[in-house]
Amino acid sequence: MTDSYTKAVNSGFTKTLAKKLGLPRPAILRRFRAGDPLTVGPVLVVADDASMGDADTLAKELLGWGLDVRRQPTDDTRWGAVLLVLTETKRPTDVSSAVLATGSVLRRLATNGRVVTLSRAAADGDAPALAAARNGVDGFLRSLAKELRAGATGNGIVLTDGVAVNGTSVLATLRFFLSARSAYVDGQLLPVGPADADLPADWDRPLAGKVAVVTGAARGIGAAIAKTLARDGATVVCVDVPAAGEGLARTANAVGGTALQLDVTADDAGRRILEHARTRHGSLDVVVHNAGILRDKLLANMKPAQWDSVVAVNLEAQLRINEQLLGSGVEGLRIVSLASTSGIAGNKGQTNYGFSKAGVIGHTRATAPWAAAHGGTANAVAPGFIETEMTASIPFATREVARRLNSLQQGGRPADVAEAIVFLASPASAGVNGQVLRVCGQNLVGR
Amino acid sequence: MATRKPSDGSSRSASGTPARAANPHAPAGVRDAVIVGGNRIPFSRAGRKYADASNQEMFTAALEGLVARFGLQGERIGEVVGGAVLKHSRDFNLIRESVLGSSLSPQTPAFDLQQACATGLEAAITVANKIRLGQIESGIAGGTDTVSDAPVAVSEGLRRALLDASHAKTLQARLKAFAKVRPSDLKPLTPATDEPRTGLSMGEHQAITTARWGISRAAQDEVALASHQHLAAAWDAGFFDDLVTPFRGLTRDDNLRADTSTEKLAKLKPVFGRGLAEPAEPTMTAGNSTPLTDGASTVLLASAAWAAERDLPVLARLVDAETAAVDFVHGHDGLLMAPVHAVPRLLARNGLALDDFDFFEIHEAFASTVLTTLAAWEDADYCKAELGLDAPLGSVDRERLNVNGSSLAAGHPFAATGGRILATAAKLVAAKAAETGKPARALISICAAGGLGATAVVESV
Ligand SMILES: NC(=O)c1ccc[n+]([C@@H]2O[C@H](COP(=O)([O-])OP(=O)(O)OC[C@H]3O[C@@H](n4cnc5c(N)ncnc54)[C@H](O)[C@@H]3O)[C@@H](O)[C@H]2O)c1
Repeated sequence: MTDSYTKAVNSGFTKTLAKKLGLPRPAILRRFRAGDPLTVGPVLVVADDASMGDADTLAKELLGWGLDVRRQPTDDTRWGAVLLVLTETKRPTDVSSAVLATGSVLRRLATNGRVVTLSRAAADGDAPALAAARNGVDGFLRSLAKELRAGATGNGIVLTDGVAVNGTSVLATLRFFLSARSAYVDGQLLPVGPADADLPADWDRPLAGKVAVVTGAARGIGAAIAKTLARDGATVVCVDVPAAGEGLARTANAVGGTALQLDVTADDAGRRILEHARTRHGSLDVVVHNAGILRDKLLANMKPAQWDSVVAVNLEAQLRINEQLLGSGVEGLRIVSLASTSGIAGNKGQTNYGFSKAGVIGHTRATAPWAAAHGGTANAVAPGFIETEMTASIPFATREVARRLNSLQQGGRPADVAEAIVFLASPASAGVNGQVLRVCGQNLVGR
Repeated sequence: MATRKPSDGSSRSASGTPARAANPHAPAGVRDAVIVGGNRIPFSRAGRKYADASNQEMFTAALEGLVARFGLQGERIGEVVGGAVLKHSRDFNLIRESVLGSSLSPQTPAFDLQQACATGLEAAITVANKIRLGQIESGIAGGTDTVSDAPVAVSEGLRRALLDASHAKTLQARLKAFAKVRPSDLKPLTPATDEPRTGLSMGEHQAITTARWGISRAAQDEVALASHQHLAAAWDAGFFDDLVTPFRGLTRDDNLRADTSTEKLAKLKPVFGRGLAEPAEPTMTAGNSTPLTDGASTVLLASAAWAAERDLPVLARLVDAETAAVDFVHGHDGLLMAPVHAVPRLLARNGLALDDFDFFEIHEAFASTVLTTLAAWEDADYCKAELGLDAPLGSVDRERLNVNGSSLAAGHPFAATGGRILATAAKLVAAKAAETGKPARALISICAAGGLGATAVVESV
């Protein structure tokens, strides 16, 4: 699935040539494989003076994960990751030494290395200096991520509502950002709050015993989501339109799940999904709204059917299914919806799609408190350019440009989106709610 | 691959003394066989979408859709039984080979069976009986047929020459063997479905029966029109959403003509019965006869306990079945009249009358097969003379006949028709029972070459 350009600039003569010509050289990203080490090398934990206590706490946790944890920025190693802890920073001037210590090891950051910041969200009532220091991390991290090379990524965890630095969801998010599971997540800051949840007994099977439904599972990103959910222990109900049944059966049989041929725009889709999950598998714990369609047209040429069908599948169906599921009192439901960077930055010819995907972001935020009242969460994932049958149909030149327009200089894989979804769907992520996680290699447009 | 542990085909809790059957007419010691659901691929007219698909590919696809629907990956099914009417000799283990190519446990036994167009239903009867006797806990019945990929045989002359040549020791002897081949021997023999004992095609046989019963062209076209309209409505209503899985890009039966009309059907030229003295104007056309079709179907049957252990739905019970045959060679009955004989025996054994059924699934080999069947049951003389009944068997309420269409619209891949009909009937009775709160029943009748017929009773649970 690695595109041929990325392959060429990473091997043999073409690699040398690309280097000489100064061509962009996207790295081959490290993806999750069971049994591989969590990071590609030792982890440096640095902090400003006030945050030293939190840094110690985190260092202990990392040791517990079997990582080689260091506290001094030495130049005798290829660093797997840098953890920059700024949780107790009070003023902008506080961060200088920790930030510069981070900078001092970046040249020795390994291929596919990680930089993760931990800070607290600016909140109402913060002193101006405190708010400045906290919000400053946002601009710092996004800029740093753009400086990283060779498949290394930078992401931030933003603690909210006074959550402890070793809160369950904080640790789950930290592990996700450090690991190869977040290969195509770059330049993102994810707010994380307190959670009434435990860390998984087995980090490789966080969804053991859970029943998950994936819509649009016949192919593309949906099929990858089903496979990743199953790999992490879930029983998967695969949903797609009856006409896509052949691919749907293939997915269901590959993941040992069941196929439910159903158009998500059906009035009773939510009830039928719930009935199937409960009668066949005993419960419903996760729903992934992945089914989606494109009907690109300039607004001036847009036909009613093109506008209406996109809104019906990408947006209305999600709303109706959520209403039916939450309305039937499903407890602890994890909802993850597919948004898109087009819904954040906009895209010519995609007024309908952009409306639907921004709508997804809107309803996700609004659904979050409702889901939380039932012990669940509602989050969205916004993929950037992902290599699928859908994007393969884009003309070559446009596609070639589109896939390079991000910090990692390449398109992502369906599995990258799936990893983010599985992370959000896992019990330990309970403290992440109402958020939009971008899986876009830090696309140059949008946030 | 499969997350579910391969399970023992004969589950423990269901072993020992089998649960008593709900049917009071069932023999002692026999328990129920339930129908969990079915899956088929869309049926396609010969030479179209499945032109280069083999029976094994089609049956495997039908199996895979069934496995996906019910989460049977890695499951050891008690037995998979099915067959094909037109079969290559290399397909001697067609069903077992399909199982090996599927996501079922490779420890799932299978065998091929063949009873012409009744193959699919006979497979289900066989599986149901094994379940009823407690020999297996679960089974899959089905069938597949392709006319597009049918075996082509060589002439008897060429066949002998090839065999002689392969036994010959010297080049000279080999050449000698081929010297006997005549140009006419080189013509391939395409598979014939003509009756071996009469040399007449099935259509010509039925034309005789049609004429004898005086079935009009208009009545036949009416049956054909209803079949298309009913099948189209069922597709539109989503009835097949959990009965069919697309294959090779085909998502609906492509013989279906939702827009056909009495006028269009009336325009078609008769194709059978043109040599008969009566009627002056033959009545059987391509519109009221089934087309040559490719396709495959499967049905999952089980003991009630096996289904319950796996949280599988149960649509219906396969209550009882009866097969029959007629002497169409020397006797005076029509080739496709065997089900007419089977049904009264089946009803008598189960204490049922035609009025007791909510649905009649009568295979539309030809529109006139359905009509002669109905006419025969209403005919006092025929019922007395041929069926040995004191009174006519009775009338079939046409409102209950093939309510979701049948073979005229769906097409008729011989061995696959039984599975299509059985799954449809099971779903119909389940829906009816859920709607009315009362048990619902369907009668299935399938005629077959060789003067054969298979019939069955399906009842909601
Ligand atoms: N590929 C990308 O680069 C990209 C980027 C951003 C967002 N996304 C989003 O990710 C999701 C999956 O995208 P993909 O690239 O895998 O697309 P895809 O077209 O390959 O797959 C979408 C699936 O959804 C199914 N589907 C469509 N309408 C349906 C309905 N009414 N009911 C049930 N199923 C239905 C389709 O049959 C198909 O199997 C979509 O929501 C898409 O908008 C994709």
